[in-house]
Amino acid sequence: MAITREDVSHLAKLSNISLNEKQIEPLMKDLGNIVGYISQLDELDTEGVEPTYQCFDMQNVWREDVIEEFEANREDLLNLTVESEDYQIKVPRVL
Amino acid sequence: MIIADKNTKAVDLVRAALDKAKEFEDYHCFISMNEARALDKAREIDEKIARGEKVGRLAGVPYALKDNYLSPEGVTTAAARMLDNFPSPITATAVAKLEAEGAIMIGRANLDAYAHGSSTENSYFGPTLNAHNKSRVAGGSSGGSAAAVALGIVPFALGSDTGGSIRQPASYNGVWGMKPTYGTVSRYGVVAMASSTDVMGCLANNADDVDLVMSIIAGKDPKDSTTLDNFWNRELEDAKPKKKKIGIIKDFLGDGVNPEVIKTVRDYAEKMKKAGFEVEEVEMPIMKYGLAIYYIVQPAEVASNLSRYDGIRYGHRSNEAKDLDSIYSMSRDEGFMPENKRRIMIGNFVLSSGFYDAYYLKAQKARTLLINAYNEAFEKYDALLCAVAPAPAFKFGEKTDDPLQMYMEDVMSVPPSMAGLPALAAPAGTSKEGLPIGIQLIGPRKSDQMLINIAKSVEEVA
Repeated sequence: MAITREDVSHLAKLSNISLNEKQIEPLMKDLGNIVGYISQLDELDTEGVEPTYQCFDMQNVWREDVIEEFEANREDLLNLTVESEDYQIKVPRVL
Repeated sequence: MIIADKNTKAVDLVRAALDKAKEFEDYHCFISMNEARALDKAREIDEKIARGEKVGRLAGVPYALKDNYLSPEGVTTAAARMLDNFPSPITATAVAKLEAEGAIMIGRANLDAYAHGSSTENSYFGPTLNAHNKSRVAGGSSGGSAAAVALGIVPFALGSDTGGSIRQPASYNGVWGMKPTYGTVSRYGVVAMASSTDVMGCLANNADDVDLVMSIIAGKDPKDSTTLDNFWNRELEDAKPKKKKIGIIKDFLGDGVNPEVIKTVRDYAEKMKKAGFEVEEVEMPIMKYGLAIYYIVQPAEVASNLSRYDGIRYGHRSNEAKDLDSIYSMSRDEGFMPENKRRIMIGNFVLSSGFYDAYYLKAQKARTLLINAYNEAFEKYDALLCAVAPAPAFKFGEKTDDPLQMYMEDVMSVPPSMAGLPALAAPAGTSKEGLPIGIQLIGPRKSDQMLINIAKSVEEVA
């Protein structure tokens, strides 16, 4: 399957990655090759087969709903951001 | 491995490891070193020993930590620009368990950014060199961990394995690597890649050290609800193969596999016979689809897991970005390596409307067929044998221009990952050029220690 320039731009948008012109051409080729390869699954008959999303036997692991002290404090977490003020993370104005 | 005691000082063990790390600096095993704190911790342990206090099972043992594990010393980069200034606020459960037993982290080992890759060439900080030949890659993504163990800098290292990231570099560097049963070790505090196949394991120079480290880091963790009750709590001798029968996966002995690799697998099978195993070839035609299944499911999970990197709460934020949308998209463009972007985009492709059924759903159905094929094989065999990778370590730059060629490296290592099965990589031979070649043993869920025992019994006859 050929991946077009528009496909790459669309996928970049879905992925929230801004690409410059230089990146698009190689991605058309590389993504096209990868999609071509993974398309070989068409050869497999999977009629009536249930999908497997995870390979362990557990489902719905329950725990008590109790508040526990988290190992990191608020200051440490806020220090990870570029800008914060009054215990809030600052971003450029949205509206 | 050598544990500190009255006669062996932890400080000497740690200093020797740090000296060796310096001696082999050009191999670029480490992204950052933890010298001062490592020596402090060693002194504490020596004082405890001097006072006659109890110390852990890994007292004073230096180790290398793959730099996608969070721990409070220094920064956890995942070898990506996105996290190159990320002081971790939490400690990974596996790290906490090792530290509680007295192990001492001397440095953070190099990897492909976000563990995406099979050569460490995708590291933002530059590649790791193969311990046996500097013109060859160390493999990946746990390339720094593998080379550090192979060079004798540390007796063991932690790695992570999503589709071969412990086993392939172990094989390329001639060391042991354990990818445990899915859920054996907590994933808490490790940078997520593909959640349905991510497992935490170790690399070491011998089978007993693998067993010891795994027995310490295994076990249930309330912070990771996929963890299993600790099944690694018995003596190694107690996990014996019952059928004494091994299947060699025939589908990985043909086209596209280096003849020296095939010979190594066959030689290993002969040794297994000497060790008392019945060995026969088994056809598993679904195996050749393993890679395609993996390169649909894994990028889909990568796309989800890496969507958290938005430049807002933590991680790289672009200086050029002017508004909220461009903070997201420009920070992600600048912070991710090209391979990270390819995987995210492929993941969003296979998950997008119109393609979901044809790719993602199809792959998850094929995954069921793969698991069924394993279950059928394990009715007959204790374990399956195949190589870890189709060829010994390749040269730098040989596969960087063609991502698909790089993916082909994973053809033998991804099938057990997709099924959540344990797979042990063990050194088995050397190519004419002097490059190590490893084999892998794959067993049913929770048969991890049995695999170690099988490999040990083969080693004894060799």
